[in-house]
Amino acid sequence: MRRTVGVAAASAAVVLVAGCGGGGPQSGGDQKLTGDKIVLGVLNDQSGAYSELSGKNSVTAVEMAIADFTAKYGDKAVTRNITVETADHQNKPDVANSKAQEMYDRKGVDLILDVPTSSAALKVADVAKEKKKLYFNIGAATTDLTGKSCNRYTFHYAYDTYMLANGTGKTTTEQIGKNWYILYPNYAFGQDMEKSFSTAITAAGGTVVGKDGAPFPNTSGDFSTFLLKAPTLNPKPDVLGTMQAGAELVNVVKQYNEFKLRDKGVGLAVGLMFLTDIHSLTPAALAGTTYTDAWYWNFDAKNREFADRFQQKAGTRPTFAHAANYSAALQYLEAVQAAGTDDADTVVKGLEGKTVEDVFLRNGRIRAEDHRVVHDAYLAQVKPQSEVAEPWDYVKVLKTIPAAEAFRAPSADCKL
Amino acid sequence: MSGFAQNTFNGLVSGAFYALLALGLAVIFGMLRVVNFAHGAFYMLGAFGAYVLLSEAGVPFWAALVIMPVGLGLLGMALERAVIHRLTKLDPLYNFLLTFGLTLILQDLVKLRYGVQSSPYATPALLDGTVNFGLFDFPTYRVFILGFAVLLCVAVWWVLTRTRIGMVVRASTERPDLTRAFGIDVGRWVTPVFGFGIGLAGLAGVLAAPMRAVNPLMGTDLIIVVFAVVVIGGLGSIFGSVAAGFGIGLVQAWGEAYLSNFPIVSQTIVFVVMAGVLLWRPAGLFGREEAPA
Repeated sequence: MRRTVGVAAASAAVVLVAGCGGGGPQSGGDQKLTGDKIVLGVLNDQSGAYSELSGKNSVTAVEMAIADFTAKYGDKAVTRNITVETADHQNKPDVANSKAQEMYDRKGVDLILDVPTSSAALKVADVAKEKKKLYFNIGAATTDLTGKSCNRYTFHYAYDTYMLANGTGKTTTEQIGKNWYILYPNYAFGQDMEKSFSTAITAAGGTVVGKDGAPFPNTSGDFSTFLLKAPTLNPKPDVLGTMQAGAELVNVVKQYNEFKLRDKGVGLAVGLMFLTDIHSLTPAALAGTTYTDAWYWNFDAKNREFADRFQQKAGTRPTFAHAANYSAALQYLEAVQAAGTDDADTVVKGLEGKTVEDVFLRNGRIRAEDHRVVHDAYLAQVKPQSEVAEPWDYVKVLKTIPAAEAFRAPSADCKL
Repeated sequence: MSGFAQNTFNGLVSGAFYALLALGLAVIFGMLRVVNFAHGAFYMLGAFGAYVLLSEAGVPFWAALVIMPVGLGLLGMALERAVIHRLTKLDPLYNFLLTFGLTLILQDLVKLRYGVQSSPYATPALLDGTVNFGLFDFPTYRVFILGFAVLLCVAVWWVLTRTRIGMVVRASTERPDLTRAFGIDVGRWVTPVFGFGIGLAGLAGVLAAPMRAVNPLMGTDLIIVVFAVVVIGGLGSIFGSVAAGFGIGLVQAWGEAYLSNFPIVSQTIVFVVMAGVLLWRPAGLFGREEAPA
């Protein structure tokens, strides 16, 4: 499998340098890549609630990254033997745990990508730590990945609850209204979001005049009790902040429109929303809603070029999670290329503190302190239907939130 | 006070869905002794059918309100003839498994074609607005649902109690052997009754499309509550299922409104009620004790 003497020599030199600095390379001998190949593992929801915002199209994005990497380096690539393994974790922590072990142990996976659903994401972080293998989380929101559950092999790539709350909570309070009513699904993610939002709103000079945890899952599908309560609060809230996700978000927004809350002076802010959510609700139902986006496909020419290529393969426009999967796979391959080995400890050293600029990461930096990948985020607003010029072009970016402000400072809870 | 009235109204609207679904389950159980686990899937198909008709053929809500129940009713009849019928003589568990499997198949077929992301369905223009009740404003569409469901339940009750068809169906439901002895072909009524029950589920689905997330899994959460409703009302009891449907809708809405500080209570209240009713009256509020076979 050794293809060219040149690459081998160049990589050997890098390994030599790295090898001298760190404790001996774990791959052992003169083998630079375990199994002479790189295996990327995409572990996510392939049939459930998050299968469209990540799912199979995340795999497509990772395959695009491999193709781009191979095209860029040609014969100089550390290897041309790069494959993708995929598995469905069904959003269940126990399934995620066993699939992750299987990927690392038996499928020879060097890097696990994606993993939406916070509880599942945290389990995989534990596995990565135990197996000493790399893990780039993209799909999950919990700040615990870079807080008390952080570890040397885990990187949090795209977004987190702090980014969402800080962007939407702070800016909406400053620009749209000071008084909030927060509705959240009563489980880990929702409670985390509620706390992050309340903190951000209060810090920006706003007030949370009311908050309610709705049953989760909400079997009746009805949120009218809460929606009726909102305008009757004193003082009347200017903004209803909903932290529901997926189908529950769809229910809340449909019923928000039914009860004509916007006409009653209560605007809508959404904690976490993906492009696919706007598509299913239609821009008409969401017009004027603000939220924080980690990336938007039609933001500039560079994003659009990626989105066009993605559409040719996937038949749809990419969500931020898709773009982030592409970027994460690409940056990992670049790091292996630079290190000349897929040895996890060596690659981690190369990644820590690195500044990155690509289609997803703008002003990106991989923080060495907690492995949070910081980058520009965007405050977005859903356009009215009349301004939607082409399919999927549903939002306008109101403001770019600079990388330095978008994410929280490294947490004291994190000890790598 | 207006808050209480609004919550009550909302509870009745939720209850309308429970009542329509439970009514279908009750007539099917009464006639066939089949616990139709696929009821939630047909509810989903009703909503999805409305979405597909609108987005691919431009068929409006009002037409879908007729087309989907009739179409799904016919599908239900075909299904009864093709498979369910063959298993009714065996242990009820067989049909239980059959309809459960059917649910998975129907859900996954829809998932395969349309994905899990919810599909958009707008409120029909005629009903998009609010009605002022003096004390409070209420969405026109919800008023429509409540009125429509009540009318439908009254109509079903009228047909079952005041017409000859209803008499035959009730007799076949309650004492099939005796009815047969009177020279009535009980078997002839089984298929249409199954189709009717499925049609009601489809109708509830179409009604739900404008106000609920339309996705392949929309029936699964709901059907759990509906089964609780049917048990509370008394398996096979037509009046019981409707009354329990509205009652549970109210209990849920009040629970959410006034017990929101105790999420555990408001989330489990339906099942607490069910457990209580089962202890007190094992056959349900309006059910009769099963005569030994």
